[in-house]
Amino acid sequence: MTTLTEAPPKASEVLGAPKKKRNLLPYLLLAPGVLWLVVFFLIPIITAISASIQTGSLDMGFKVTWNWANYSSTFSTYNTEIIHSLIYSIACTVICLLLGYPLAYFIAFRGGKWKNLLMALVIAPAFTSFLIRTIAWETILSDHGTVVRIMIDLRITNLMDHLGLITGNHVLNSPFSVVFGMVYNFLPFTVLPLYTSLEKIDPRLHEAGRDLYCSGYRTWRYVTWPLSLPGVIAGTLLTFIPAVGDYVNAYMLGSPNTQVIGQVIENEALRDVFGYPIASAMGVILTFGTLLIVLAYVKKAGSEDLL
Amino acid sequence: MNTLEAVGDLRLTGLTKRFGSFTAVDDLDLTIPQGSFFALLGASGCGKTTTLRMVSGLEDPTAGRIYIGDTEVTSTKPYKRPVNTVFQNYALFPHLNIYDNVAFGLRRRGVKDVKKQVDDILALVELAHLAKRKPTQLSGGQQQRVAVARALINQPQVLLLDEPLGALDLKLRRQMQIELKRIQTEVGLTFVHVTHDQEEAMTMADTIAVMSAGRIEQLGSPEELYENPATTFVANFLGQSNLVAGTVTGKEDGVITVDTHGVRIALPESRSRVESGAVIVGVRPEKVELAAGNAAIESGRNALPGGVVTDASFIGVSTQYLVKMPWGQELSVFEQNTGKEIYRPGAEVTLHWDATQTFGLDGSQDIEAGAEIDDEAAK
Repeated sequence: MTTLTEAPPKASEVLGAPKKKRNLLPYLLLAPGVLWLVVFFLIPIITAISASIQTGSLDMGFKVTWNWANYSSTFSTYNTEIIHSLIYSIACTVICLLLGYPLAYFIAFRGGKWKNLLMALVIAPAFTSFLIRTIAWETILSDHGTVVRIMIDLRITNLMDHLGLITGNHVLNSPFSVVFGMVYNFLPFTVLPLYTSLEKIDPRLHEAGRDLYCSGYRTWRYVTWPLSLPGVIAGTLLTFIPAVGDYVNAYMLGSPNTQVIGQVIENEALRDVFGYPIASAMGVILTFGTLLIVLAYVKKAGSEDLL
Repeated sequence: MNTLEAVGDLRLTGLTKRFGSFTAVDDLDLTIPQGSFFALLGASGCGKTTTLRMVSGLEDPTAGRIYIGDTEVTSTKPYKRPVNTVFQNYALFPHLNIYDNVAFGLRRRGVKDVKKQVDDILALVELAHLAKRKPTQLSGGQQQRVAVARALINQPQVLLLDEPLGALDLKLRRQMQIELKRIQTEVGLTFVHVTHDQEEAMTMADTIAVMSAGRIEQLGSPEELYENPATTFVANFLGQSNLVAGTVTGKEDGVITVDTHGVRIALPESRSRVESGAVIVGVRPEKVELAAGNAAIESGRNALPGGVVTDASFIGVSTQYLVKMPWGQELSVFEQNTGKEIYRPGAEVTLHWDATQTFGLDGSQDIEAGAEIDDEAAK
């Protein structure tokens, strides 16, 4: 390769080291992205990790003292919130999949010429701010709203109270309303990748399945499902990762009894300067905990069929 | 479960399929004997694939019934019919390897030990060494054989093949035609083969049904269809024909005399579909010979004088001529290369052929029917 570039034309010699320039180009193109990640991802995460093992006081200032006790005290003080985050995000992911799969399936195989319009409708809510949509649900689900009155009349609130999803006739400020809000907000993230992978499946494969002794369900189980797995994995990840760190839904639609990791971080960081190490430790736990769960899930999903 | 012992002719009665106002298959009656290699031949849109899909159960008939043996399967679910399909473009499952693709049907029927059967069938289609590959890693011809194996392993009473060789190049297609014929002879199942390629149908099938506009134009062995076409469509679609319009002028000793553009032609009564009035006389190009100018033609042969050669293509085994007749029509002649004189364009010639090789068709038909379609399908 070097022999080919050893004798560059004169014009480029004047411009100076054309060979070096050419080799640098990929790095130049990468530079903005790398810079962005260093400034907004790498430095913050290092800062957070270092803050999470600091101790100190206002007089002396904070120093890295390798105080791992911040982690153990975070775990013991806030284990409820960690569990909340996990349960709510897993519930949200599972419900999104159960709702999103039939929806994506219907649009992909029965949508016909309406396919694109239907997909646009799925994404349409995202054109309004996440915050505003969640505040809207706060109003819709409020105690004196029509929705709750109908739920009371149909005794749905009774049933949900028994199941421990809500308390009495208050739909709002319950684990139910928190997960409900999350499902509403994250459903498009499940449906989009699912739709993409389902839409790619050749309908003739369904016919081949039916020809080879598969009923409708079995065709789905042995042909459609395995072929849609990449979409299932992508969809659940795109839902779970933001859901586990989400605190807007818990904040708007929940109560002090439904606090999640995000709220702990906010409270600790806003409380006073002594809260910083705990808030940082919580952030690190969230980031690396999510990473571990996702890695385990992808490994499992990649090695065998999920069912 | 040995389905081969059961007597199972495939029988269609009054089978009809309409899509809105379009009739794809029109009141079809057909019996396909067990163990035969049957071809449904026609241009695209003639209803042959729709017929096949109704037999497989993937399409519901608007009217009519389908029987396999004495069992009616008209409204039986596709996955409960003793019928399997080799799909156009194969429709192999991309997430499964070749072995699992082939084993798919057996497993869905709850067969526990599939290994021996899968190995046997993969050996039959000569793909045993590729069992662990994914379909995308195979060539078109190999995928085609996997599709055949995947269907055959279930020992269906009827195997349906939907343009199975359409995606292959010419050389591979020839090879697979012989291969499929071999497999059919070996397993002895009923094969119903849908194709637009007349040569493919003639090579493989014992019986051909030529379809046009949802109906069967003619049914018979390849020889019957070729030598005695019943309609101008069959005459033009299956091979080539020289068709000339004329009028019956008399009949004597089993020979009909026809006047075509002032020339007298003899037509064996046994090969004519009409005995009076307007008639279309036909002869296949390879039966026709050329003679120079107005040379005398021996008796017992039909002669059409006054032709002018407009095109001569020498292709080795034969020379293909286009000859313009005095009434403006161009006829084609394939002359075997037996060392005879080759006529150049512009030469004046007389066409002549053994009179017994003439066939007669109903004169009320479109003389061009099927000709244009064949060109389109052959491209």
